Amino acid sequence: MTLDLNTVALAFGAGAAAGLVGCFAVMRRMTLAADAISHIALPGIGLAILLHIHPIMGGVAALLVGTLLVWGIENRTRLATETIIGVVFSVALAIGSLMTTGEQLIEALFGGVGRLTAFETILGLVAAFGVIAFVVLQRQRLVLALVSPEIAHTSGINVQRLNLYFLLVFAITIALGLRYLGVLLVGSLVIIPAATAKRLGRSLRAMLIISVAVSIASTTLGTWLALALHRAPGSMIVLVAAGFFLLSLLRR
Amino acid sequence: MEISRKGSSAKTVHPALKVVNVSIGFENIPVIERLTFEVAHGSALAIIGPNGAGKSVLAKALIGVLPYEGHIRWADNTKIGYVPQKLDIERDLPITGDDFLRAKAAVSRASRGEISDVLGLVGLKPESANKPIGALSGGQFQRLLVAAALIGHPTVLLLDEPTAGVDEPGQESLNHTIERIRDERGLTILFISHDLSVVYQYATNVLCLSRGRACCGVPRTILTPQLLQELYGAPVGYHVHDDSRP
Repeated sequence: MTLDLNTVALAFGAGAAAGLVGCFAVMRRMTLAADAISHIALPGIGLAILLHIHPIMGGVAALLVGTLLVWGIENRTRLATETIIGVVFSVALAIGSLMTTGEQLIEALFGGVGRLTAFETILGLVAAFGVIAFVVLQRQRLVLALVSPEIAHTSGINVQRLNLYFLLVFAITIALGLRYLGVLLVGSLVIIPAATAKRLGRSLRAMLIISVAVSIASTTLGTWLALALHRAPGSMIVLVAAGFFLLSLLRR
Repeated sequence: MEISRKGSSAKTVHPALKVVNVSIGFENIPVIERLTFEVAHGSALAIIGPNGAGKSVLAKALIGVLPYEGHIRWADNTKIGYVPQKLDIERDLPITGDDFLRAKAAVSRASRGEISDVLGLVGLKPESANKPIGALSGGQFQRLLVAAALIGHPTVLLLDEPTAGVDEPGQESLNHTIERIRDERGLTILFISHDLSVVYQYATNVLCLSRGRACCGVPRTILTPQLLQELYGAPVGYHVHDDSRP
């Protein structure tokens, strides 16, 4: 991986998208879900490698299917989301590790290195733009549904559908970070900047701005550090984000 | 069973709400069975009953978030402002009262000006509205919920214990406010309350719920010592019943 324009552009796009989605994920208490849902990508990556198609495509497909599965089970049974995600994620990890082996597995788990193609960059930027637009346009509905699903319902919001859209956008965001961070670390890009912002922000606007800033700082600084120190970008990005979080703990 | 506003029985021809044979249950345990009542436009219906009688459950079925059997029919163009009983939110949520009201206004396509109007109506200071909602006192939070319910000019207010956690003088002013808004805007109000003096003072009609049996009428006829004894039961009998639940 080199610090070319594609890498920088995608670091910004993925960072902004993860920062925004992360705020609502953290406020909706989906921190565990963020980590778990990302593991669903693994069997998709494995299958894509077997079929000789782009691994990320397989990951994205698996994430979308997994998200629909979680949402479907949640609406049909009275099981808690955490329980469903727990089951789905272990099964996904089991199947995924059967299908991928050796170096490919390590890369899928911890993120890859290598040059981004123009196609990957454009696809990533389009996805990031879609995610950012969704959160910005739907933030008022998301706030209302977050504070009280009943009030949201009486205000004319289809809460169930909004939840599905949010989960899908969440899955796309995870997919955006998959390439850098891998299945095991990508959840932290969504969660850590938002958790930092939740500690520092005193209003919705403040939280969104801080989260996006911390997230972009983590992806860009992390990528740069990875190149300078010849380390995997995923680990560096997470460590930078964790550094911001630790700093936020200093503030009472 | 029919509830009509004192002196305006003609309005019940097109009631604000008609509930016919509604049953609600959880996992085969019935909470409400074959309930039938009507609410006239512009009336204030108090829903009373002991704990576990299904008051909040009924409210949730009325707004359409709980499944039920039977018919619930609101008048055409009904817009409901709902105040839930309690909210499951984290105390350190960085969402201010103002964020919440702005979200409600945006979704209800109401103007920003309405926010300051409703804040004035419920007596919540703008500096309180600028605090994160987790930092508000119980009373301030209830006022915020009522303010949010008023945004978007609802035709019906459905309030699940709107004054819970509000201090004594605050309760009185909040109840007064709700009554004043009802008069000014010609709203229909349904409220759940445990405070029978409040029910007596503000309700035009009362619906009492009690395990399978329901009664309704004007406060004068419902709030009699005899009926209340029947409704809430002798303390011993009620406790035995409650403890025998699985």
